[in-house]
Amino acid sequence: MSDRYSIRLHVTRRVLGTILVFVGFGSNAGNLVGQSSDTGVEPPIMGGAPTMRLMDEQQYTNAISDVFGTDIKNTVRFPPVRRTDGLVALGATTAVVTSGALETFEAAARDIAAHVVDEQHRLLIPCRPANVKQPDDACAREFLGRVGRLLYRRPLSADELNVRVAAAQSASEKLNNFYGGLQSALSGLLVAPEFLFLTEATEPDPTLSGAVRLDGYSRATRLSLLLWNTIPDEELLRAAGAGELYTQRGLTRQVDRLLASPLRVQAGVRAFFDDLMVMEAFGDLTKDSTIYPTFSLKIASDAKEQALRIIVDQLVTRNGDYRDLFTTRHIFLTQALGTIYRVPVQAAGATEWVPYELSENDPRAGLLTQVGYLAVNAQPGRTSPTRRGRSLREVFMCQKIPDPPPNVSFTIIEDPNAKYATMRDRATAHSTDKTCAGCHRLTDPIGLGFENFDGAAQFRIREGNAIIDASGELDGISFHDGKGLGQAVHDNPNIPPCIVKRLYQYAVGRNLSKDEKPVLAYFEQRFADQQYKFIALLRTLVTSKAFYQVGVDATDKPRSVTALNGQ
Amino acid sequence: MSYSKSKLSRRSILRGIVGASAVSVGLPFLECFLNGNGTALASGAALPVRFGTWFWGLGMDSEAFIPKKVGPDYDLPPEIESWKDIKQHVNLLTNYHVITDGKPNVCHFTGWVALRTGSVPITRGYYPGASIDVTIGDVIGGASRFRSLDCTATGNDRDSYSFRSADAINAPVTSPIELYQKLFGAEFQDPNSPNFTPNPNIILRRSVLSGVRDESASLEKRLGTADRARLDQYFTSIRELEERLALQLQKPAPAPSCKVPGPMNGKELNGLDALVVAERHRLMADLMAMGVACNQTKVFNMVYSISGASTVRKGLEKTHHTITHEEFVDDKLGYQPTNFWFLQRAFESYAYFIKAFASIPEGDGTLLDNCLIYAHSDQEFAKIHSITGVPMMTAGKAGGRMKTGIHVDGKGEPGTRLGYTLLQVMGVNGGEWGTGSMKTSRAISEILV
Repeated sequence: MSDRYSIRLHVTRRVLGTILVFVGFGSNAGNLVGQSSDTGVEPPIMGGAPTMRLMDEQQYTNAISDVFGTDIKNTVRFPPVRRTDGLVALGATTAVVTSGALETFEAAARDIAAHVVDEQHRLLIPCRPANVKQPDDACAREFLGRVGRLLYRRPLSADELNVRVAAAQSASEKLNNFYGGLQSALSGLLVAPEFLFLTEATEPDPTLSGAVRLDGYSRATRLSLLLWNTIPDEELLRAAGAGELYTQRGLTRQVDRLLASPLRVQAGVRAFFDDLMVMEAFGDLTKDSTIYPTFSLKIASDAKEQALRIIVDQLVTRNGDYRDLFTTRHIFLTQALGTIYRVPVQAAGATEWVPYELSENDPRAGLLTQVGYLAVNAQPGRTSPTRRGRSLREVFMCQKIPDPPPNVSFTIIEDPNAKYATMRDRATAHSTDKTCAGCHRLTDPIGLGFENFDGAAQFRIREGNAIIDASGELDGISFHDGKGLGQAVHDNPNIPPCIVKRLYQYAVGRNLSKDEKPVLAYFEQRFADQQYKFIALLRTLVTSKAFYQVGVDATDKPRSVTALNGQ
Repeated sequence: MSYSKSKLSRRSILRGIVGASAVSVGLPFLECFLNGNGTALASGAALPVRFGTWFWGLGMDSEAFIPKKVGPDYDLPPEIESWKDIKQHVNLLTNYHVITDGKPNVCHFTGWVALRTGSVPITRGYYPGASIDVTIGDVIGGASRFRSLDCTATGNDRDSYSFRSADAINAPVTSPIELYQKLFGAEFQDPNSPNFTPNPNIILRRSVLSGVRDESASLEKRLGTADRARLDQYFTSIRELEERLALQLQKPAPAPSCKVPGPMNGKELNGLDALVVAERHRLMADLMAMGVACNQTKVFNMVYSISGASTVRKGLEKTHHTITHEEFVDDKLGYQPTNFWFLQRAFESYAYFIKAFASIPEGDGTLLDNCLIYAHSDQEFAKIHSITGVPMMTAGKAGGRMKTGIHVDGKGEPGTRLGYTLLQVMGVNGGEWGTGSMKTSRAISEILV
């Protein structure tokens, strides 16, 4: 394990820049922190604090599957974690394990451990005890050492392993059963904070006197969480232990390996977009059965999966341009979803999902004209232009729309005798009333552009007797329907910087500090240079210095940089 | 009377031998058995008082909710006509305000946060302190199988108003079947069962947990202040679970009111239709009340609808929340008709909840007589998000300490006066509760015995 020193850190930007030039980080002596990235060289940053994230439910499930196989089911339930600055991943770095939460973790740990040692699964244990009714320290040591290293994302220390083996021995004696003892020790590993909390560790940086860096195992975990949404595998742990993740060459080799596994990368990409797009809202998605009789629970759950499949298809399988998410005609349907699209769907083979190419004349194109986005951001029995517009602004454009004032007056639209032919007419009040217009002009023109899709995302030309007018403009770009709006989103200059920022925040588990603006600009430039390929952005990020940079050690103690040799 | 958290030394717990006699553990509640006629504990102390909360979103229609009469035997306006059989158990508190001292009135947030934590939040998502049930649970909740029982009738596992902080929210149970399994499933110990054998696995489980505590303690040295506090909370949770497991090694005290419900069929209840919510609520209320009667917990929380409720009704294109903003106020009725409909449903469910506790006999009265249940909403008039006069109720006599059946007009006083009163009754409080203009040290004497 890494040592910790208590040295006070006083590093000004100029000093840091000078140091980095001295050690060869920047070939351009003028490339100090705070300047632009015109040279194509990554600007240095101070870095934030190492994080201690509470694992989430999907990561926990992935970890158990990876270590013990997909056959071992778990019933773990995680408490609600707060969404901080648009991401639950940030809330994970402040989340606490309450009594109630620990109870479910302990129950899940026992269940999992019991399954792992049962007769059907014992082949997971690499050795056999000399006598099944008695302890066998050697076998327990082999199993617990191997499993502990994977679960803790680092080798267990001699003390840690000895204690676990002693616990297994004691329990085996009490139960007259080797496997019972192993089960007990394993359940301890699974409920330990070293497993549940993904705690980053720092060590002194040998290349920079007085500075700290994330240790190899912490790098491995950051990398694996982002790319695969799971704990590091055996090979990544080996590379971490061998110091390979400190070198660009060693790191690149692992990144290449991780990115070469499409199913795993899909899991990572899914987890990010699930968080970014607030997909927990699908849990509440229902529609009124008299107004939208077609819309079933199956459609609601398929809609979420459809969105994720479209994202993964565009960004991973096709390795396409991120912006084309808003214009793509490659979608996926099930028989249930087909009823919304009015397309008969016949699944063939093992999966109910069928790839479907929207025709050039189809009114739909892009993620925002599919069921998920349109139905979630709507009322049970009608559309909501404001919600559809707000979602786009906040999720994909990183623009915060303020809450409405508490005593806003709805007099204009609440008249029961008013005859509004269309939603656009009703929403006119939003744009004419001064109190409302400020925020609503940012959201409603977008949402009204999707009015050809009703509250259940079904296409329509009319609302009642009136032909729907879905024209509008997005930050100066005009469109005349939802497909055109998708193109306007594609062309909007806020789209690429927003995804870069959100991905970076998600990856490092915290908000940005001011000195990170140049490095974000650098990532944005690289993203553009690489045709906005999301996989390329991931690669740029995980092979960057910024991704691993920490400015303080894990104990928050400020570090100081002593004068450099010869400086 | 106050309940101190039981303090157990490891040595005292681990004297037992697996498979042999039960470990002897001294705990305030378990060593007391009921007296001969079941009206009190054998030691002469009263039956323990339990604390619960009930939450609903979107306030009330003052024209149809606030009784004309102040004091006992209040009238029941149309929105709460369903309370006719429970009125005698319920104190209704109106005209108590949330005063923000210039902080913004964050819609569907400021009101309930202030009434639940004592303090007005500065911004959305900011919880200024623990919810009142957690504060009370810290004192009375220790010697029970569950520190608290948290349920939501909305079916959504994020809907909870029980928390120590925004980072420590108690996860709710979201379905009746899940609640049944939690309370009365495989790990339930029937307090009235004539046979009791301590489960040997419990000792093993406890030793696993104490091992985790010992082995992982050094992790703290490698953390900063904030993360160390989080790890401390984790260790506290471990210790609490160890203590609760220790209880299960002792034969539980008899609970004459406890009637274990039969197995449930797993009926699918999906969505937020008001009738589905009512059904979920009904089934969970019955289980929750029986869980309390069976001494599985002393603290319980039910969410009927969230702040800014998304409840729906068949044929309506909008949610309840949108209705509150877009529906006209009927001149003749003096309220919004559809909003009224939704709120009537909420108050019907409230009546069911109180009845569930009132229908279980305990001692020489009912379970409700030994409970104190605090209900409140997020707004007064949801249309304009007002927080002057957010409705609040209490139900139950709190073991004889509370009067019931009284309508109190708060005359604009801070609503925290009720929370302060409840803390006093539950034996928890120091000298005051709340901050700023919500700070108070005056109980509402009209409802105290």
